[in-house]
Amino acid sequence: MTLYDIYLIAPQLSMAALAVLVVLADLVTPRKGLVSALALAGLVAPLAFIVLHIYMPNGLLVAGTGNLAEGSGSDSMTLLTGFLPGSLAVDRFSAFMNLLVVASLGLVFLSSIDYVMKLPRLRGEFYGLMLLSASGMMLLASATELITIYVALELTTLPLVAIAAFLPNARSSEAGMKFLVIGAISSALTLYGMALLYGFSGSTTLEGIALALGGPLRDDVPFGSYAVLVGIAVLTVGIAFKLSAIPSQMWVPDVYEGAPIPMVAFLSVASKAVAFALLLRFLYSGLLPYYGDWGALLAILAAITMTAGNLAALAQSNIRRLLGYSTIAHAGYLLVGVAAVAQLGGFGGWASVDSLSPSANAPSAAALMLHSVQEGDSSIGGSFTFTTFGPSSVLFYLVAYAAANLTAFFAILAVHSRIGSDLIEDYGGVFRRFPFLAIALAVALVALIGVPPTGIFVGKIYLLLAAVKSELAWLALVGAINSVISAYYYVRIIRVMFMAPESEAVAAVGMGGIQSRTARVSPFTLVALGLTLAATVLLGILFGPVVQAAEGAVSALPGILIQ
Amino acid sequence: MSVPGLLTLTVFLPALGALAILILLRGDRVVRCFALLVGLADLLLSVAVFLSFDRGEGAARFQLIDRITWISAETLNASYFLGVDGLSAPMVLLTGLLGFCAIIASWSIRERVREYFIWLLLLQTAVMGVFTSLDFLLFFLFWELELLPMYMLIANWGTGRKTYSAMKFLIFTILGSAFMLVAIVAVAVSQATGSFDMTLLLEPATMLDGASAALPLSLLFWLFFAAFAVKLPAWPVHTWLPDAHTDAPTAASVMLAGVMLKMGGYGLLRVNVGMFPGEVTAFAWLLILLGVISVLYGAVVTIRQTDLKRLIAYSSVSHMGLVLVGIGSVGAAAGQVTGAGLNGAAMQLFTHGTITGLLFVGVGLIYEKAHTRYIPDLGGLAARMPVAAAALAIAGFASLGLPGLSGFVSEILVFFGAFRAFPVMTILSVLGIILAAGYILWMLERSLFGPQRERFADLTDASPLEAVPLALLVASIVVVGIYPAFLTEVFDTAISPMVDVINSTSALTSAGTAGAR
Repeated sequence: MTLYDIYLIAPQLSMAALAVLVVLADLVTPRKGLVSALALAGLVAPLAFIVLHIYMPNGLLVAGTGNLAEGSGSDSMTLLTGFLPGSLAVDRFSAFMNLLVVASLGLVFLSSIDYVMKLPRLRGEFYGLMLLSASGMMLLASATELITIYVALELTTLPLVAIAAFLPNARSSEAGMKFLVIGAISSALTLYGMALLYGFSGSTTLEGIALALGGPLRDDVPFGSYAVLVGIAVLTVGIAFKLSAIPSQMWVPDVYEGAPIPMVAFLSVASKAVAFALLLRFLYSGLLPYYGDWGALLAILAAITMTAGNLAALAQSNIRRLLGYSTIAHAGYLLVGVAAVAQLGGFGGWASVDSLSPSANAPSAAALMLHSVQEGDSSIGGSFTFTTFGPSSVLFYLVAYAAANLTAFFAILAVHSRIGSDLIEDYGGVFRRFPFLAIALAVALVALIGVPPTGIFVGKIYLLLAAVKSELAWLALVGAINSVISAYYYVRIIRVMFMAPESEAVAAVGMGGIQSRTARVSPFTLVALGLTLAATVLLGILFGPVVQAAEGAVSALPGILIQ
Repeated sequence: MSVPGLLTLTVFLPALGALAILILLRGDRVVRCFALLVGLADLLLSVAVFLSFDRGEGAARFQLIDRITWISAETLNASYFLGVDGLSAPMVLLTGLLGFCAIIASWSIRERVREYFIWLLLLQTAVMGVFTSLDFLLFFLFWELELLPMYMLIANWGTGRKTYSAMKFLIFTILGSAFMLVAIVAVAVSQATGSFDMTLLLEPATMLDGASAALPLSLLFWLFFAAFAVKLPAWPVHTWLPDAHTDAPTAASVMLAGVMLKMGGYGLLRVNVGMFPGEVTAFAWLLILLGVISVLYGAVVTIRQTDLKRLIAYSSVSHMGLVLVGIGSVGAAAGQVTGAGLNGAAMQLFTHGTITGLLFVGVGLIYEKAHTRYIPDLGGLAARMPVAAAALAIAGFASLGLPGLSGFVSEILVFFGAFRAFPVMTILSVLGIILAAGYILWMLERSLFGPQRERFADLTDASPLEAVPLALLVASIVVVGIYPAFLTEVFDTAISPMVDVINSTSALTSAGTAGAR
């Protein structure tokens, strides 16, 4: 391990170091505000390292020529030294995901300063565990090797399990328990899938697996071999836990209802994002030769997930449970982008993608021609066109979803701290009492429907474009109809907030007695809410830079296969 | 004469007004007067748009273009692209006119006045945007933007089962637009440039063709049709309309019937007829069939209504069915299609907008003063409210197609056009007009005339301000009725290119030289 290797994993290391530092500071200082400030300010370190990576990929030691932002020079920096070659890739893809994680963590910290102050105990631990989980997420975004992936997955999940059980009430304990047990089952499944893949390919790196899968396989079996078939199926179920997709979604509503709200906000955004990052890296690096097989699998999974999530959300009376089911539905939408992979030639509209790119080296229009690894193998025979459209639509959607969902959760956090309830019926009269919170929540919910002019609308258009281009028009139609179902339950909340008579919970605000029920909303929460609200709307109008960043990030993905 | 930015200003002025109300203005009276000023200014702007539209020979098809690249061509090739042609210029005028009338019709709103006018003005921007967008993504954006204001207007300021009706309206419309979104995406994918430009799709040279489309053209055609049919509304997806109309406040009914239904008809003409000439001729029989069912079913159901607003709502289903009948005229023998039916359909959009707008304003006045819309309870109002009753009667006569008023012009054009293609269907749909005479006259007789009632003894007539929309709309009905060329020559600049495309396409098909799928 050289100094350069340490430079490359500095974002993750600094995040973990910050976690330790915050816990230590909590032991030493009696001023609790200091801990919050440290946790928030400390995020500058990982952020700075990510930005350094983007602009100085070669580090301070070597005179840098490349630049990740412009895509010139080396596109991806893989750890080649050390004792586990190829276990981490530091590229624009990981930088994109890491920025998303750090940004959402910062916003969550900002919004929850008052919330954490009111926690009865373990304030420093709250920050420490969140930071540890974030370092796991950042590791996951870079991991390209099975064991590293597994370690990163556990590092991501376990601290969140602890936070889920943080509150001294039964719901919180139930949330923690469910999260732990179902998490354990799915990580066992993940491990089992990985073992099968390793057993078949003899390699733990994604690159090695891709090379092995390129070899002679049976073409009458999906994925070319029963070992690979079972491995992928089991692995997908395992990862679905983190995606909050069917069939591993049953923990979602309970955790969303019972766990501390800031942690749920972070979980719903960052954890889902890196899980999709992992899925994309897995499929688009290690398993690209079998895109036809897993594309169909994920398309079906997407349709089932979004429909089930939306239907279940219809009947919810608790807004956090409702958002839990809504996050399942959105995982379904996102899976559309993952499934929208590539298309064999002979599709008329397809040529248009190439003509979109004015210059051959523009990464944003990277329509890369992949030639089959093994000639004559029917499942990968001939050549197919791979575009960045599907995966980059996932990345854009993740950002837009993060903005909208964080807005919703920050508003819910603020309302919860005033009225002490999450029941939708208790939201009656919120508009008259807290107009800004109601408007912010309404905008977030409208965005979650996917109505313009919000970021998710652009993301949805982008996903549908990808789906139609991949001849998944049926899936695009299912997705569009699903957004109609979702409109019903999102609008119901808006209706209650704006039209229903004032509920008892709202009427009781500021009436005395209970200390937490002051009418004042924390200024920190308002700032965080304002930022995410602005992002939700701005992403719907000025989305160019994020779209380009997403396409640039994705163009780093199949680098393993392209020689 | 072309003024850059004129169209943008016309579209966004109401939204700016709404923003000003949100941020600056307090006090119900101030808000109301300010909204009126904004409405008046937008009416004048829309008149300016209509008058500056060059209808001469050789003038560009799309005028007053405002265009900025919105998204770089590499990703989503969309632009901010506004413009009017002969089809949309009258629609802009209609929206300006009815928007202004709706603001006056809202004068008696007393609850949450600021919020109300913010939604109403936003609604006007959204509808204006739909009629002027020439980029599909922008078109869809405005199409969806109209949902929330209308939902809020019905659910907050409506009567009766308002939340149910508002939700029904929302779900039906979103379902339609979900289909449209998929179709728009598929169209963009099929374009060689990945562009959302609607003008390209109207030109024969750059039109979609079956070979390069991402989805079969007929599927795209029906996906678009689903969205527009819900909005029109055509049988069998009309069921949201009677509920929404009945429970909406007067101004929302005016906007709903007057301009929002026209978004459906406009979409049919612009997209289904303009961009899918092969499909629209192939499916003309089905369109006219749906149209005839809408006309007859709507008329029969209307006769049974006892609520004034519900009656007008069902009559709208019947009258908007005529738009489909007019579009069915493209099913004439290859190369024989004339512009009459399509012109009639377009005219019907405008005339039905003003007529129904007037009906709803009049009924709104009656409801506000008599506190009932139940026809058996009404009667003898003409003596107490002569101005309102006269306006309502004129609207009724126009609605049943009295020659000399605007309704007659569009109906006769529709029938002339459609008869060449489907004589039997056309004759059936004429029956709808006969039924219309029945229910309109019956409605007028029972509510306005007859013996005077004791409890209406102290009713007052429309105030001068309330008479303004009545006068404006009556004037438009009479002017169009007497001098229809005022509109038809504008419509024809957009319709005749479409007819040419349809004729050339169908000629090719019949000659068997090319498949139009």
